[in-house]
Amino acid sequence: MKKLCYLLLIMLLVGAYPALHAQTGTMPLDPDTAYSDTIPTEIVLRAEDTPNDAGSAITVTWECNDNLPSGLITIVRINGEEESIVAEDLMLTKEQVRDTDVADDKEYSYYGIITSPDNKYYRTKDSNPAKSEAQWFNTDRTDSFVAVLFITLVFVWFIQQAKKGKSFYIRKINGLDAIEEAVGRSTEMGKPIMYILGIGYVTDIPTIAGLTILSRVAKKAAEYDTSVLVPCYDPVVMTTAQEVVKESFTEAGRPDAYQKEDTMYITQDQFGYAAGVDGMMMREKPGAVFLQGLFFAESLILAETGHSIGAIQIAGTTETAQLPFFVAACDYTLIGEEMMAASVYMDKNPLMLGSIVAEDMVKVLIIVILFIGLLLGILGPGLGIDIFNNWFEWLIRII
Amino acid sequence: MSISTNIWVWIAALLTLAIYSFLYKDNVFYKIAEKILVGVSIGYLLSVYWHNTIIAKVWNPLVQDKNFLVIIPLILGLLMFSRLFKGRAYISRIPIAFVVGTATGMSVPSSFENLFKQVQGTMPTVFSFGNIVILVGVITTLVYFFFSLEHKGFIGKVSKVGITFIMIGFGAAFGATIMARISLFIGRIQFLLRDWLGVIQ
Repeated sequence: MKKLCYLLLIMLLVGAYPALHAQTGTMPLDPDTAYSDTIPTEIVLRAEDTPNDAGSAITVTWECNDNLPSGLITIVRINGEEESIVAEDLMLTKEQVRDTDVADDKEYSYYGIITSPDNKYYRTKDSNPAKSEAQWFNTDRTDSFVAVLFITLVFVWFIQQAKKGKSFYIRKINGLDAIEEAVGRSTEMGKPIMYILGIGYVTDIPTIAGLTILSRVAKKAAEYDTSVLVPCYDPVVMTTAQEVVKESFTEAGRPDAYQKEDTMYITQDQFGYAAGVDGMMMREKPGAVFLQGLFFAESLILAETGHSIGAIQIAGTTETAQLPFFVAACDYTLIGEEMMAASVYMDKNPLMLGSIVAEDMVKVLIIVILFIGLLLGILGPGLGIDIFNNWFEWLIRII
Repeated sequence: MSISTNIWVWIAALLTLAIYSFLYKDNVFYKIAEKILVGVSIGYLLSVYWHNTIIAKVWNPLVQDKNFLVIIPLILGLLMFSRLFKGRAYISRIPIAFVVGTATGMSVPSSFENLFKQVQGTMPTVFSFGNIVILVGVITTLVYFFFSLEHKGFIGKVSKVGITFIMIGFGAAFGATIMARISLFIGRIQFLLRDWLGVIQ
């Protein structure tokens, strides 16, 4: 009886195997047995190294130009004796697929299995063999390269002017002028300062700008003998912030007042961080709160809590979606580039002032390009004058 | 009304109420929820880093694929631990400098591409009122961000127009985000009334 049961079970499994296999939708890869001999359309696959990349990619292209517009194609990679599916059931009209799972300097060829609308399979001929390789220069980014060169020259020229003794002006930025007021107020109240760097990483430019402003705030706080609490979202940002605060305290001649524990890690979860910082704000009741860095949905939660405890708040970020909340809930807000200009504004170093002038010159250049675009747009696409139309298209293309 | 019998729904509901209690004032329930949120998130992220970084990006390439190039970032990562040793903490500046320098360099081309896209997007292809408003808005906003010129006279007036455009943009963004937040709040209230208390269907 037991043997009979085993036998039945084996028969059941053997019988069920083809059905299970069919359910997975795996297509047979043997062209001799499974595909129709006649290909109703001459689809030729071309394989070539994907240009302007870091290697490990081959682009397979084909042309769908006749009677199979609604057909599907499965691309199969041939690697010696081995065959594997690169992409399954693509629309034939896609006409391109990128195989990103190949090794450099190794030859691969491809064929396609076409599924016609009436569910018949056809196999294409093998493509030409192709090898992938990395390129040193991305020609798609030539415009960026030229722009970098040009802007670098502008910067170098203005920095040279500053070196020669030419003095440059920088306009008043209220949020940065208010730093001393905020630190002074905290000191008078006998409360600490809280400096929040947001949820960016040390690789984010706003976080780097926030760290620059932190150095100034920490130096002022050290001079006034006030502690600076820096709750951090990222461990590397925390490490960097510790270094910045330590250096500022040393510069202010108060290395003894530096407390490493005041720059602490909270968590790398966005709302966990917001909850932790909010709780800390309620308990420590800082006299001044600085929100400088990269902020997302937690911005209003933090700014509102700071507002509710009556702290003077100076915020700054480049995130345009969060700036409105800072404008509404904080006393001063550094909008976008004002934050980036902070390091120059605070140091007033002539060489760095040169770079600010260069930046303004680039903005002037952008305004000039926009005016030229406006004129060409009116005369070309607007009034339909061919020559201006061509120039307008050329301008759009080079940008 | 059918109150949930699922323990996890109860935990989620009570933690939600504990977090909302912060609206009244800082209290013991909020403190408990805060500590749980921070602690659980750290524990969870630690396991994510273990599997997605240590195992997937260091152990597997090194031990299984014999890719010894991984040793370079591994050493840079290990240098961060120098902070644990007093007097050698400065060594941790090497990996930080590497990360900051590389990321800043890599952001240069993408920043320029974004700049080009914005300039291209501002170009008016059709002469219409809307396009002119966009162009005026972009130019006056750029003038507001001139730092080397005093914002007086003509420049001052243009930059005032610029900051007006910025504030109009902020107002619109504020309204749109508040709407999104209200929908999140509604989702939470629905969870409490439907999934937990079963008051609504």
